[in-house]
Amino acid sequence: MTEVLVVVDHVDGVVRKTTTELLTIARRLGEPSAVFFGAGIEAAQEALAKYGAVKVYVVDAPELDGFLVTPKAEALVAIAEKTSPAAILVTSSAEGKEIAARVAVKLDSGIITDAVDVDASGVATQSVFAASYVVTAKVTHGTPILTVKPNAATPEEAPAAAAVENVAVTFSAAATAAKITEVAPRQKSGRPELTEAAIVVSGGRGVGGAEGFGVIEALADSLGAAVGASRAATDAGWYPHAFQVGQTGKTVSPTLYVANGISGAIQHRAGMQTSKTIVAVNKDSEAPIFELADFGVVGDLFAVVPQLTTEVTKRKG
Amino acid sequence: MKIVVLVKHVPDAAGDRSFAADLTSDRAAVDGRLSELDEYAVEQALQVVEKAGEGEITFLTMGPASAGEALRKALSMGGDAAVHVVDDALHGSDALATSKVLAAALGKLEWDLVVCGMASTDGTMSVVPAMLSERLGVAGLTLASSLTVDGTSVTIRRDGDDASTTVTASLPLLVSVTDQTGEARYPSFKGIMAAKKKPVTTYTLADLGIEPAQVGLLAAWSAVESATKRPPRQAGVIVTDEGDGGVKLADFLSAGKFI
Ligand SMILES: Cc1cc2nc3c(=O)[nH]c(=O)nc-3n(C[C@H](O)[C@H](O)[C@H](O)COP(=O)(O)OP(=O)(O)OC[C@H]3O[C@@H](n4cnc5c(N)ncnc54)[C@H](O)[C@@H]3O)c2cc1C
Ligand SMILES: Nc1ncnc2c1ncn2[C@@H]1O[C@H](COP(=O)(O)O)[C@@H](O)[C@H]1O
Repeated sequence: MTEVLVVVDHVDGVVRKTTTELLTIARRLGEPSAVFFGAGIEAAQEALAKYGAVKVYVVDAPELDGFLVTPKAEALVAIAEKTSPAAILVTSSAEGKEIAARVAVKLDSGIITDAVDVDASGVATQSVFAASYVVTAKVTHGTPILTVKPNAATPEEAPAAAAVENVAVTFSAAATAAKITEVAPRQKSGRPELTEAAIVVSGGRGVGGAEGFGVIEALADSLGAAVGASRAATDAGWYPHAFQVGQTGKTVSPTLYVANGISGAIQHRAGMQTSKTIVAVNKDSEAPIFELADFGVVGDLFAVVPQLTTEVTKRKG
Repeated sequence: MKIVVLVKHVPDAAGDRSFAADLTSDRAAVDGRLSELDEYAVEQALQVVEKAGEGEITFLTMGPASAGEALRKALSMGGDAAVHVVDDALHGSDALATSKVLAAALGKLEWDLVVCGMASTDGTMSVVPAMLSERLGVAGLTLASSLTVDGTSVTIRRDGDDASTTVTASLPLLVSVTDQTGEARYPSFKGIMAAKKKPVTTYTLADLGIEPAQVGLLAAWSAVESATKRPPRQAGVIVTDEGDGGVKLADFLSAGKFI
C-alpha cells in the first residue's frame, strides 16, 4: 500500500489531537507514515503507534527551531521525494498551511486548504464564504497536499509499529534566511483548547472591559468550556488575540457555543456558525446573532450570565 | 527603498457571495472591493516609507478589469503607481498559478520589499505569500502582527498559539501582515483626487512570458466538484429576560443534556 505522510503537530513530543485525527484520515487513503520534526520522538512514539503510524520519519536538526517554517518544508519535500506518497496531510494551522504552500510549489502539486473532511478517494470537503457554502474539491495534479482543520475526524485507534527512521536533511541557504531571534511562550489557561473544546463560551464588546471577562470565565469553568472572544474584545485588549473566534481568528465547531455581548458580524459567524447548538445573550433584540441562535436571551449579560453560572453549578452539584 | 504591495479585489464579504456555473467565485453576484485584509498591507507599507522618510510604493494585482478598482482604492490611500495583470486566460486560476503570475510580474519590477495581506477574504487560503517567497527565492516573514524595518534588516513579531516569536531577515524579502498590525487609514479627499493621476500599467500573460495553458481553470491542480449552499439555521426560541433569563437558559441547556 502506498504511504500517506502525516506531519505531526506536537509540543515537546506531546502529540496534539489533530494529529491523531489526521492519522485516522490517512488510513482511508493508504498507509500512514508520520513525519516528526524536532526532539521528543520517545514521548510521541506510543501515541503515533496507537493511531496507526506504520513508520515515523524523524528529522531533528537545529535549523527546524532556529528558522521560520522553510526548513520544515524542505525536510518534508526530502521525505516525499523518497517515498512518493499518495498524499500529504498537514494540520490547518498557520504553520501547517505555510508548510503545505511551500511544499506545493516545490513538488509542483495541487493543494487544498482547510478541509473539514476527506474521503477515501481523496475528495475534500471545505466550508467557504463564511461557512455559508459547503464545497467538495479534489487535487488533480501531483501529490495531493491537504491541510485539515481540527475535528475533521474522530480519532480511531489502529495499533501499528511506528517504526522510527531518522532522516538527515541538507538545508539550502534559503531555508535559513528567516531567523527566529526570540520566543516568548504563552501562559496556559488550564481550560480546554479552543478549537477542540466541546463547549465554547465567548464574550464580545458587550462585556465592556477586561474585568468583564471574569463573568465569562466563571460560566466557562462551570461548564468545563473554553473561552472565546470577538475581535472587538481582542482588539480592545480585553482578552488575548489567541482566543479570537472568526475569520482572522479561530474556527470553532463545538457542540455548544454561548455568545455573550456579541452582535454576530459576518466575520465572527465565519468562525462559529457550524457549531451544533448556539445560544446567545444580548441586550439588543435586533442583534444578528439571534438569527443563528437555537436559544436566545434578550437581556443584560451581567444579570443573565452570573445567574446561569449559579444554575449550572447547582444542577451539576 | 522600493516596495510592492500585493492587493486583491474580492467580492464583499458583507454581500451574499455565491458560485458561478463553472464553480468559480461569482464576481458578478456581489460588489467587489479591495480585500480588507490587504488594507493592512497597504497601511504597513505606507508607514515604512513614512518612517524612513523615503521610498516608492507600487501596488500589484492580478484579476479581471474590475480589479482596477482595488488599485485605485489603494492608490487613494497613498503610494505612487500600480500594476494590473489582466488576461482572459487567467479566469479560474488556483493559488499555484496566481503565485506564478505574480512572481513573473514581480520579476519585471524593482523592489526591496514585497508586502502581502494575511489571506484573501474570499479564498482565505493564506498560501500565496509563502508560495511567492518560494518562487522568488527570498525570505518570507509571514503573518506579522508587527513589522519594523531598520536599514536592510526587517523584524516581525508573529503571534502563535503557543508562543509569540520574533523573526529577522535581510532585504530583499517578502512579508505578510495580519489585522493585528493596526487599523488602515481612510483615503482623504486629496488622496482620492491624487490617485486619479497616478500611473497604472497593465500586463498581459504575453508580457510576462506565460503561456495561457499554464494558468486558468483548466490548469488548476485542484478542482471544485460541487458547491452547496448550507441551509439556513432554524429559528430558535428568543426570550426576554425578566429576572429569570439565566434560569431559562439553564433549562434549555439541561434539556439538551449540556448540564
Ligand atoms: C477583515 C476583517 C476580519 C475580521 N475578523 C473578525 C474575527 O475573526 N472575529 C470577530 O469576532 N470579528 C472580526 N471582525 C470584526 C467584525 O466585523 C465585528 O466588528 C466584530 O465581530 C464585532 O464584535 P462584537 O460583536 O463583540 O461587537 P459589536 O458588534 O459592537 O457588538 C456588541 C454587542 O454587545 C451587545 N451588548 C452590549 N452591552 C451588553 C450587555 N451589557 N449585555 C448584553 N449584550 C450587550 C450589543 O447589543 C451588541 O450587539 C473582522 C472584520 C474585518 C473587516
Ligand atoms: N490575485 C491577486 N492579486 C494580488 N495579490 C494577491 C492575489 N491573490 C492573493 N494575493 C496576495 O496574497 C495574499 C494571500 O492570499 P491567499 O493566499 O489567496 O489567501 C493576499 O492578501 C494578497 O496580498
